Amino acid sequence: MNNLVQNEMMKLLAKKRLIIIGLIVGILVLMFTYAQYKQVEEQREKLGTDDWRAALQQQIIDTQNRLGSNRMLDEWREQLQVSLKQQQYYLDHDINPSEPGAATFTRMFLENAIDLFIPLLIMIVASDMVSSENSQGTIKLLLTRPVERWKILLSKYVTLLLSVSIIVAVTALLSYLLSGIVFGYQGWGAPVITGFELKGADVDVSQVRLVEQWKFLLMDLGLVWLVAVVVGTLSFMLSVLVRSTPAGMGIMLAALISGAILNNMVSSWESAKYFFMVNLKLTAYISGTAPPIEGMTLLSSVITLLVWWALALIVSFTVFTRRDVY
Amino acid sequence: MKQVTLSVRDLKKRIGKREIIKGIDFELNEGEVFGFLGPNGAGKTTTIRMLVGLIKPTSGSIHICGYDVRQDFTKAMKQMGCIVENPELYPFLSGWDNLLHFARMLPDVDETRMDEVVELVGLQARIHDKVKTYSLGMRQRLGIAQAMLNSPKLLILDEPTNGLDPAGIREMRQFIRKLAEEEGMSVLVSSHLLGEIQQLCDRVAIIKGGEIIKTDTVESLLSTQERIFWRVEPIQKGAEILSSFTEITLDQKYIITAYDELKTPEWNAALNQAGVRVHEMNRKLPGLEELFLQVTGGGAGIE
Repeated sequence: MNNLVQNEMMKLLAKKRLIIIGLIVGILVLMFTYAQYKQVEEQREKLGTDDWRAALQQQIIDTQNRLGSNRMLDEWREQLQVSLKQQQYYLDHDINPSEPGAATFTRMFLENAIDLFIPLLIMIVASDMVSSENSQGTIKLLLTRPVERWKILLSKYVTLLLSVSIIVAVTALLSYLLSGIVFGYQGWGAPVITGFELKGADVDVSQVRLVEQWKFLLMDLGLVWLVAVVVGTLSFMLSVLVRSTPAGMGIMLAALISGAILNNMVSSWESAKYFFMVNLKLTAYISGTAPPIEGMTLLSSVITLLVWWALALIVSFTVFTRRDVY
Repeated sequence: MKQVTLSVRDLKKRIGKREIIKGIDFELNEGEVFGFLGPNGAGKTTTIRMLVGLIKPTSGSIHICGYDVRQDFTKAMKQMGCIVENPELYPFLSGWDNLLHFARMLPDVDETRMDEVVELVGLQARIHDKVKTYSLGMRQRLGIAQAMLNSPKLLILDEPTNGLDPAGIREMRQFIRKLAEEEGMSVLVSSHLLGEIQQLCDRVAIIKGGEIIKTDTVESLLSTQERIFWRVEPIQKGAEILSSFTEITLDQKYIITAYDELKTPEWNAALNQAGVRVHEMNRKLPGLEELFLQVTGGGAGIE
């Protein structure tokens, strides 16, 4: 088994996929760092002060103004009210919601990357894991060795898990290291607020508490990893089922993008919550943003994802071990 | 008594309602080169893929060195090396890394053995280059090296000379003969090239439409089809006399009959008695090609 995983790693490294992913992350982080930097600067100019309290106050006023508009859709109104209450809470408790620093940047980057960017990176590795062997024809050599088929697939899956972990770690590390150049490397101990419970339009603040940022980051990382594993496993399954890599990638990409779109419009289509792609924004639950569909909770999302994960694994292994190879 | 390395019994494969392989039986002995001959689409590749475990047979059994390919897959595969169609290797890895990759999937294959097979196929100079820079011939050699890693008792080669130039084909032929004669390896070779099989194989199975039509040694297959070409005068009368004994075909100034060790002198005497002058009696072996066309009916039509 060890040998087989070593083989898969050798092929993965020779294809230089991980380096490409590293570069993509690096470039993106630099762009976002610059954007963030610009935003901070602009805010400073607008308010004529460095004081975040004034900035937050201004945000709250902005939000209130938007809420006052008649053309506001109901769903939007609810969401805005939620974030307004949250902002008010930050202000009342003297907590800077965007304490600048590389740690905060990393947290925000991960939270924004969880539902599209990270899954895309994972796809680069996962979607050709099996289908490339098919299209190169090397599958014939692989399956005529004295090794059972399930072991071969398992070695590929273990390699996928390893690369998923590497990708998540590299993303976190790069965004910390690169953004730190501009924002400084502080911010590990900054308090982050969590525990908002949403009951309809009301924010239940009874569970709200402060968590040190590094703990919060760890939670975020865990959730990002979980999402990455689930998305990776689904692409892996497609890679087993669909012989052509581009077709598999296309299907996965369509699913992910439709998830991003659905997130904005499904609030009245309740059964959409069983789609995996609507459940990817796990970090939103702990940072206290309203979920796309009422009644979705961290637990329900995690369970939904795990069910998809298990089904994908079962399908992959059954198909791979039974299929005739032509 | 030579050991049987591969035995195939009543092998069938059905895809949907179409029966692609309709019951194939054959055996391979140690040190034997066995040819699998048939037109495109006859079922050669499907059969070979069943032998190496890529396709599951609908019914029938395959034993490699006594191990059932379906029940004892890993044990059976340990005795076998194969190239199915073109040797598809990882182009982004070096030749050595490709070998390493497959060596890791085998028990007890170390670097010494890897060096041995590299030397065996004569790839020492380029083994550390990326496979994408290899010529087709070199890929073929690397494919063979890969198949030889586990010192198999049975080597299965699907169209081994596909895409090779004449020099490469000859080299490959000598190499396969050497493996069979010196190492006692059984080799199963499939091809649609008759000349190749004729020169390479001890025994041949001719397959068409998913069935084996004939299995025999190359010589005896050919000898049953031996012909005598008669040039006689007057040809009309000669044909009359010969046709009273056997079937004849007329080919311009020749009368063609089957060759029969015992009967031929009698026919000749009869001709002489009737005053027919026999100018020429020519015994001819047909090429495998003619034989092949005869046996398979020559139709290239796809069923």
